Amino acid sequence: MIAHLPILQVIIPLMAAPICLMLKRTQLVWLFSLLTSGLAFAVSVLLLQQVMTSGLISYELGGWQAPWGIEYRIDKLNAFLLLIISGISTIVLFAAQTSIEKEIPKDKHIYFYVLYLLSLTGMLGIVATGDAFNVFVFLEISSLSAYALIAMGKNKQALWASYQYLIMGTIGATFILIGIGLMYQMTGTLNMYDLSQRLPEVAQSRTVFAAFAFVIVGVCLKLALFPLHLWLPNAYAYAPSIVTAFFAATATKVAIYLLIRFTFSVFGLSFSFTTIPLQTLFMALGLIGIFVASFAAIFQSNIKHLFAYSSIAQIGYMIVGFSISSVTGLTATLLHLFNHALMKSAIFLALAAVVFRVGNVQLNSLRGLGRQMPLTMAAIVLGGLSLIGVPLTVGFVSKWYLLIALVEQGWWPVAGLILLGSMLAVAYVWRIVEVAYFKEPVGPPIKEAPMSFLVPIWALVIANIYFGIDTRISVQVAEAAAQSLFGVSL
Amino acid sequence: MVVVAIAIIRMKDLFAVVMLAGIYGLLSASFFVAMDAVDVAFTEAAVGAGISTLLMLVVITMTGRDEKATRHKPLSALLIVTVTGGLLIYGTLDMPYFGSADAPIHNHISPRYINDSMQEIGVPNIVTSVLASYRAFDTFGEVVVIFTAGIGVLAMLSVGRRKEDDEEIASINDSMHEQHLVIRIVAKMLIPFIFLFALYVQFHGDFGPGGGFQAGVIFAAAIILYTMLFGLSTARKVINQTFIRLIAAIGVLLYGCVGIVSLANGGNFFDYNVLASDAIAGQHLGILLIEWGVGCTVAAVMIIIFFNFAGRRELYQHNKHSQNKESS
Amino acid sequence: MLMGLLNYWIVVVLMMSGLYIVIAHGNLIKKLVGLTIFQTSVFIFYISMAKIEGGSAPILADDITVYSNPLPHVLILTAIVVGIATTALGLSLVVRIKEAYGCIEEEEIQQQDNDQQAESKAEEVA
Repeated sequence: MIAHLPILQVIIPLMAAPICLMLKRTQLVWLFSLLTSGLAFAVSVLLLQQVMTSGLISYELGGWQAPWGIEYRIDKLNAFLLLIISGISTIVLFAAQTSIEKEIPKDKHIYFYVLYLLSLTGMLGIVATGDAFNVFVFLEISSLSAYALIAMGKNKQALWASYQYLIMGTIGATFILIGIGLMYQMTGTLNMYDLSQRLPEVAQSRTVFAAFAFVIVGVCLKLALFPLHLWLPNAYAYAPSIVTAFFAATATKVAIYLLIRFTFSVFGLSFSFTTIPLQTLFMALGLIGIFVASFAAIFQSNIKHLFAYSSIAQIGYMIVGFSISSVTGLTATLLHLFNHALMKSAIFLALAAVVFRVGNVQLNSLRGLGRQMPLTMAAIVLGGLSLIGVPLTVGFVSKWYLLIALVEQGWWPVAGLILLGSMLAVAYVWRIVEVAYFKEPVGPPIKEAPMSFLVPIWALVIANIYFGIDTRISVQVAEAAAQSLFGVSL
Repeated sequence: MVVVAIAIIRMKDLFAVVMLAGIYGLLSASFFVAMDAVDVAFTEAAVGAGISTLLMLVVITMTGRDEKATRHKPLSALLIVTVTGGLLIYGTLDMPYFGSADAPIHNHISPRYINDSMQEIGVPNIVTSVLASYRAFDTFGEVVVIFTAGIGVLAMLSVGRRKEDDEEIASINDSMHEQHLVIRIVAKMLIPFIFLFALYVQFHGDFGPGGGFQAGVIFAAAIILYTMLFGLSTARKVINQTFIRLIAAIGVLLYGCVGIVSLANGGNFFDYNVLASDAIAGQHLGILLIEWGVGCTVAAVMIIIFFNFAGRRELYQHNKHSQNKESS
Repeated sequence: MLMGLLNYWIVVVLMMSGLYIVIAHGNLIKKLVGLTIFQTSVFIFYISMAKIEGGSAPILADDITVYSNPLPHVLILTAIVVGIATTALGLSLVVRIKEAYGCIEEEEIQQQDNDQQAESKAEEVA
């Protein structure tokens, strides 16, 4: 079975989704989904182990040799991503049962789990595959289920947010499709490795340039990179809380993965960063994104909106690291990918707990909550500290690497801007602290969140601190992945 | 086609727009025939001109058919469109010319499909062998996409209905449908033939255009025809919602199980060669089974989608009906 | 050169008219129609590149030697299905939006949302 791990990674949640539909009791469906996700997580741990010790795994679907059939190609980069996605999914699912009880009508719970698993499948599929067109297919699985999940939010704004996301997402996916088509036309192949071998021959052609542009714009739409981020805040704010926790930690990460995969592996470093002024462009967009989104976050009155904008800002940091295009820069991006997933899922899960007890997440409703739900609010504050990049949290580690990478290149001004950006994070996190701890509570007393929330939230918070202190594992993996991208491509 | 597209931009009447979109689908289908893509043409005709037009019409009956005159940001839209279009035109400049046989796509991967698929798979329709065997996993993904859409529609539109409502709706429907007695009888005679045709398409995919997807759509079309003429509640009595949901799930599972069995037999996922003692026989068996999986899921999901749209529409009319009663 | 690329240029025009509808129009159904046209045009682009002068449909027969490329056909079959799935989901969203907001024009919906946000902000101040 070990040889089949790559495909099992995707097939387990995929097959579980239709089975869920046949189970009668929602309790059972929840347990089953949790088990499935856990199993996928176990597979991803094994895969990462295998990749770290023995290198690249290639798996030929249907037994057909690579450029003719579809190939799964697991290297350090995607093994790392698979681990993040399936891990977060599992932890978030722990709290799902309790959380959706109050947010989604009872008769739709089964659909929620089916869609959740499908969305997980889609993301895992995008990351695991080594075939450009297969990326498109799984991208659509994850997007369609995402639209439906977001629309399940209880306010009517959720519908509108989901519609906007659907339009933007489909345009993005179609752009990617056009890009893939152009690449295919010039090379005659869809396999990523094969593409990377054959593209250099035609790299000077205008068609390949257009292909590159379309793929990158399409991915950036999915990525919510400034200025293509407009769909994200509403989608995150109005989706059911559990869905937000899951997506905030994983969905944009998958898009960043695609960006890295296409620029570094498929088109190749020399094409992406020398032929085209990608570096300056992304650096600028990343920095503007950090500032615009952080400022926007400061003025939000809905906390989910606030953290959604903060997510866009954090994407900016990842993009800056990516645009440095050095091993350290990429390591910083990958670390931040991992770390941001930990912080944001903790924060949004804690917000889910607030929604469960309070009913909404308007800043005003949080008054005095620091005393009434001490554990939940402490988690939000710790997550916030991590967002700022306070030492001993994971946020510090990735910012540190990012700064080192910038200083290595001698880009002091950019490093200064990054630090300034972190100050903005202090501002928005402080607003929450102020309201929650220094204002008198209003309304009826509120109880602490139930254990089904506290356990996963604190598991994530502890991970936040643990990986902030003991950086050996995460840094080692991220560094190895970054190095492998700079070494032989793919 | 350019004319149709521009007409769609100008039109304000949504009904006409949807009809034109249907025509656009049909035109592109005929273009696909001219381009030798018969399988694609078949599907596009069924989907672009058929299912999607139908769904849009159902929605228009609920939302009203007029578009508001306000058109905002046409300038910025024009800008974006010009930039993207310009980029594409720029990209075409280095493309291999249309129809030229020495383009890279005809010389790298596809020769193997064309030359060897007969020995490796033993199916004359190359599209089927690529779809169902070489790139079986893409097709699996496609089935999952359609399954996702079905579940998504269910999650959004399914309504818990009360019995008495049901009966009232049924009575409204009956009065509506009684006038079409002749059409009903003709349709009743037609429907078995449509089923038969669907089965033919299902099995014929190996030799000519066709296969699970098209068969599924045709099968669903027959059910939809029945529903339109006999009313939703009658159709619901014949086909139960839970049952159809089950079929959709079973289709996906059937497809996946073919892969899992090949794993168990020692091959890679979707390696049909290990399904039977002889590789060609294994390929045949594998393709047959997955085509059935595709057919099941597609038919079931199409029916689910249509039922739920139509169900919402009935509810909508029902509410309107009772509102009118109250106000008068 | 003109004849060699003309086909692609027409496809580009079609794609862009679809995209224009999606961006410029405020009616939700019309946006979806535009999206369909945009996608269908991409399909035409793929199918165009599969064509070989003098080739025939990729169904093996004894007396034919040149076949059009089957791979794009397969890809587009998949993409068509993805397209209809998206359309169906989009339409069901439109239905729900109509029920919740009472209209299907982008501007009116945004107006309603803004009003509501302004209200909740006003409450907060008070």
